[in-house]
Amino acid sequence: MRRLAALLAAVLMLGAAPRPAPVALDVLLAETPAPSLDAYRLFTDPGARSANAGLTPYALNTPLFSDHAEKSRFLFLPPGAKAAYKPTGVFDFPVGATLVKTFAYPADLRKPVDHVRFIETRLLIHKASGWVALTYVWNDEQTKAVLKRAGARIEVSVIDKAGQPLAIDYAVPNFNQCKECHSLSGVLAPIGPKARNLNGDLAYGGKPENQLAHWTKIGLLTGAPAPRAAPRTAVWSDAKEPLADRARAYLDGNCGHCHNPQGMASNSGLFLNLEEDDPAKQGFHRRPVAAGRGAGGLEFDIDPGHPESSILLHRMKSREPGVMMPELGRSVVDDEGVALIAAYLKSLPPTR
Amino acid sequence: MAYSNATIWGAALAAVLLASTAQAKTLDVAAGPDAQERLQTALLDAKPGDVVSLGAGKFDFTDGLSLDVDNVTVAGAGQGKTILSFAGQKSAGEGLLVTSDGVTIRDLTMQDTKGDGVKSKGADRISFVALTVEWTGGPKETNGAYGVYPVASTNVLIDKVTVRGASDAGIYVGQSKNIIVRNSRAEFNVAGIEIENSTDADVHDNVATHNTGGILVFDLPGLPVMGGHSTRIYGNQVVDNDTANFAPKGNIVAAVPMGVGVMLMANRDVHVFDNDISGNQTSAVMLIAFSRSFDDKAYNPLPRDIVVRDNRLGRNGWLPSLPGGKMLAQAMGGSVPPVLWDGITSYPGIEGPAPRLYLKDGPVLNLNLAKPGAVETAKPSVTPSLGTPGLPERAAVVLPAGQDKPAS
Repeated sequence: MRRLAALLAAVLMLGAAPRPAPVALDVLLAETPAPSLDAYRLFTDPGARSANAGLTPYALNTPLFSDHAEKSRFLFLPPGAKAAYKPTGVFDFPVGATLVKTFAYPADLRKPVDHVRFIETRLLIHKASGWVALTYVWNDEQTKAVLKRAGARIEVSVIDKAGQPLAIDYAVPNFNQCKECHSLSGVLAPIGPKARNLNGDLAYGGKPENQLAHWTKIGLLTGAPAPRAAPRTAVWSDAKEPLADRARAYLDGNCGHCHNPQGMASNSGLFLNLEEDDPAKQGFHRRPVAAGRGAGGLEFDIDPGHPESSILLHRMKSREPGVMMPELGRSVVDDEGVALIAAYLKSLPPTR
Repeated sequence: MAYSNATIWGAALAAVLLASTAQAKTLDVAAGPDAQERLQTALLDAKPGDVVSLGAGKFDFTDGLSLDVDNVTVAGAGQGKTILSFAGQKSAGEGLLVTSDGVTIRDLTMQDTKGDGVKSKGADRISFVALTVEWTGGPKETNGAYGVYPVASTNVLIDKVTVRGASDAGIYVGQSKNIIVRNSRAEFNVAGIEIENSTDADVHDNVATHNTGGILVFDLPGLPVMGGHSTRIYGNQVVDNDTANFAPKGNIVAAVPMGVGVMLMANRDVHVFDNDISGNQTSAVMLIAFSRSFDDKAYNPLPRDIVVRDNRLGRNGWLPSLPGGKMLAQAMGGSVPPVLWDGITSYPGIEGPAPRLYLKDGPVLNLNLAKPGAVETAKPSVTPSLGTPGLPERAAVVLPAGQDKPAS
């Protein structure tokens, strides 16, 4: 039956509009990045609303907060290529694998799919020499996205979740800033597509399906166990999950890419990745070292039971460069994230 | 199809020729509109061996800059001539971040970064030469923490640098090794020059003045790199450190008393000699244990293997910024002895012999504290000197050939 369905689909496509040209793998792998996004043919329309064949959408259980931007994510693999499952860290992706992430704003954050404006589309391309990060910034007409290596500032106005106008000074990162987050021991690497962060459902053709199972089924992934046997990051916004799991997931997604032993903030000794199990390294009663005024006059990164005297929360609540964390990727405060971490810190047994 | 040997040799030869004939370029960037994008693009475009040359004038930035290409020099037209202003900075933790090897930053001024001034992380052969990093509003708690900030770096040269107004340390070398800090000036910072959790440093011929504390050598617990040792501090002017501590509360340096010349805390093998140390109201040289709680078993909180000799000590210690300091000074005839040691000789859980000290430049005030930081338990005693000579001193720090060359 399935074969028949596939055959039918192919016939239908042949009978309909001319089949779009496939993703331009040679352009993805070329030494020089294309000046505009369309050259890769990752999408079949100039506005990048329709993904080309070979792109599979995915979502993370707990993603990074990026100034309320909506993000759509796709994985492209060269025809016949597969990613290899790993229980920890990102999967082993073959050369040619490309992660495509578009940052976008709806006019009203309460209606995430209406009047959506694309801001930038980022590519992480796995070349033979390693991963390369590229950022393409969309024009106002939403017809073309051009390469911006030096970063940019873009003014965005939205209606926030409380119905109030919100001005966002959106920062497109420069190439090196991509690496500040996407760095493992100084080498550029993806962050998101790990087993634990993909171990959740996504709607494919309207029907929810576990992503690990789906990737396996359609031949993108080898070696994955059944989803229930794979590690899983909590969904930070799902109130049904344990508070500590949600908070640790949030800290992992928003801080752990930098605050880990191989990340840019390794010298801080504060490690917020999910794998860290030493409470002292997670910030419990940890004194600031090079935090400067970021410490806000407080003594500990985490003062259990006391969100008001924990540096971690102080830096999440700030919008001031030199104080705020993360240093990059946001200009406004993630109020929901702050509320979650405050509740978590409050829930920890006080030691004083 | 297999390639013939000739083809392979041809390709290899071509590659070698290309590499050797590739000319180092100079990428010129002038002041003016869009400086952020133009300079950042140059920092991305630069190839190893290139110079990114900044013209005279003021450059205004809205975000941090970063360099991740090896063997690049970023050079301005001179301190005070090329001015990089970060007064309008909206993001990033520093003005300029360097994450590549063999980089030199020279001949320019950086002003008013929101966080640190110029930082290198994980860089080998990093040189900061003839730079000024300053906060133009004077000493303020809201100033950035560090002016020049190499961390987790190896082969560090800081030469002819001036830093003013850092709310932590002007020149701060952390978790690094093989370091020279020389011919530099640190003023109006909380700590003038600080070597922390680092190994093999020569700090010489600098001026540290009008800071809260002049030159600090510390080791802190709970960091990926600990057990700092082997620092020589010599030939420096450590004078008139008289700025009230303006560090944000809670920071380690917020505990530095105003008017300390040289402060050594929880570090090993530090030699302080041939310096001019005067005008520091708390102490010329102060040796103390780390006194906050810690639960890092690998950490030793005591200063040990310390030599203080042959310095030229002027007036110091007339009003120690310590609890009871005024009384102490009065009781001791107007000022406390220039060299102060907290007297901690052991720490629970730390094995090994008592700290070896040779404090020749006396008199020495030993507070004989019962435990680190417990000033209320002091049983002060004064001796003309303390300890005996003979502690070995590290040889001069040598940087790799090519890094430490005279200015062209």
